[in-house]
Amino acid sequence: MSTAMPINLPRSAGARAWAWFTDQGAAIGILILIFVLWEVLVRGLNVPNYILPAPTVILLKIYHDWGLLMSNGWATTQEVLLGFGLSVVVGIPLAVGIVYSRIFERVAFPLMVSLQTVPKVALAPILVMWFGYGILPKVLVAFLISFFPIVMNTVIGMRSTEKEMIYLVRSMGAGDLQTFLKVRLPKALPSIFGGLKVGIGQAVIGAVVGEFIAAEEGLGYLQLIAQVRLDTPLLFASVVLLSLMGVLLFNIVVWIERLVIPWHRQITEQTE
Amino acid sequence: MAAAECSFAGHLTDGISRAVASSTADVSVEIVGVTKHYRTAKSGTVHALDEVSISFKPGEFVSIVGPSGCGKSTLMMLISGLIPASSGTIRVGAKEVRGPVREAGIVFQRDVLLDWRSVLSNVMLPVEIRGLDPASYLKKARELLQSVGLAEFEEKYPGELSGGMRQRVSICRALVQQPGLLLMDEPFGALDALTREQMNLDLQRMWLRDRNTVLFITHSIEEAVFLSDRVVVMSARPGTVSEVLDIELARPRGASTRSDRKFVEYIERIRRRFFAQGILSES
Repeated sequence: MSTAMPINLPRSAGARAWAWFTDQGAAIGILILIFVLWEVLVRGLNVPNYILPAPTVILLKIYHDWGLLMSNGWATTQEVLLGFGLSVVVGIPLAVGIVYSRIFERVAFPLMVSLQTVPKVALAPILVMWFGYGILPKVLVAFLISFFPIVMNTVIGMRSTEKEMIYLVRSMGAGDLQTFLKVRLPKALPSIFGGLKVGIGQAVIGAVVGEFIAAEEGLGYLQLIAQVRLDTPLLFASVVLLSLMGVLLFNIVVWIERLVIPWHRQITEQTE
Repeated sequence: MAAAECSFAGHLTDGISRAVASSTADVSVEIVGVTKHYRTAKSGTVHALDEVSISFKPGEFVSIVGPSGCGKSTLMMLISGLIPASSGTIRVGAKEVRGPVREAGIVFQRDVLLDWRSVLSNVMLPVEIRGLDPASYLKKARELLQSVGLAEFEEKYPGELSGGMRQRVSICRALVQQPGLLLMDEPFGALDALTREQMNLDLQRMWLRDRNTVLFITHSIEEAVFLSDRVVVMSARPGTVSEVLDIELARPRGASTRSDRKFVEYIERIRRRFFAQGILSES
């Protein structure tokens, strides 16, 4: 942020809002311009709703079908959160294993990297065949697709500790566990959160792809139904909600990051 | 680990009295016929040190100068007990080194502060890791920060400090337990010339107050002469001791020391030694 003031100065709410506006103003302006153009062109050229609905039509659709969108949105959110949660619970310990154990490093790591080349989306039909129409295959696709960035970033973060740092704490009498808890893990946190931020976005993709294959609820499922009915406004409404969900989940991760590693924000803001 | 057995050979009585007061007493270091080989993936077996014998008296400030790769850092690591020697023996105090040495405080060229801890909390790290009572060391930690002009920074994070300030914090961290032995591996190598000169003065002041045994590794001949009671000159790899020089300059040393004829002569002498070894050459 080039216009950011020195962080030590307290700023009033008004000044902060203004700074935010000067930072983001251009982006917001362009976005508004696009929507206005879209609206004008669609209405001016009489484009039918089933080809391209105007932004106002989409907004009205969201308003009218709020209940429907919410219940399906909640279904998708659950799949995303479970898949992502599974990635975290499995991925981070696995990364620790890779960093600390030769066998893990020699066996699990190359295996994982080669599996990474398999397009996970292509596994979705197989998972549906195995696990049916329920929530499980979606959770698994979300897990598979968000798992790799989390593991990779955790491994990179854990390996970023300087060897002098390890020597130093060992000279103070620290064992492996203390070295891990006091140095390696906190040192890796910025990188881990980098992985989580990528992972949460991937999990949303995974869940929706899972729903595309076979589902009874969810925003991806709603899109399939809307497509069959040529209900293009509902298709767009689902896209809007999926985007909002992605942004919301991403920002929750960012918010947790700030709570967990406030020091990191301080460093990066200074160097920017 | 640090519970290495005492060597009951020669220094028995001396050893027991020192071990009891290990955290404050100055310790002697004795290195006898130490050789170190190690393997690297790139260049196979490296012969880092060859038959190095040297000893440091309690409370002595000794510098080691030598070309890059002469094994001076390796020597420091051996003394700290973090890596084992291939052959020969090292004693710190009366104990033979068989694992991390408790009496040692270490400062590296990189300050390796923990970015997520405040300055004070970084200084308290050794206390915390050893499971000692923080309350009794907090005062010492604050005194140390005060003595290097960082009293107002104790709640800051390392990311907010300059390179010189960060290295000061890392020195405080090494000193918080009042170690009998301070091991410093090119601690000021990454600092600008002016900061470096100030750090030399600060370090001398702290050492004159505490009088712990200091092993100071540096590339700078001038820095070595300015700070030390003795300068050990090492040869290129495999590292051996090529000369040991007693530096007889009055303390505290300051601006006038650097223009002292004897000071200049010591530097000349060490430089000539490097020329003789072919480490420096004019052609």
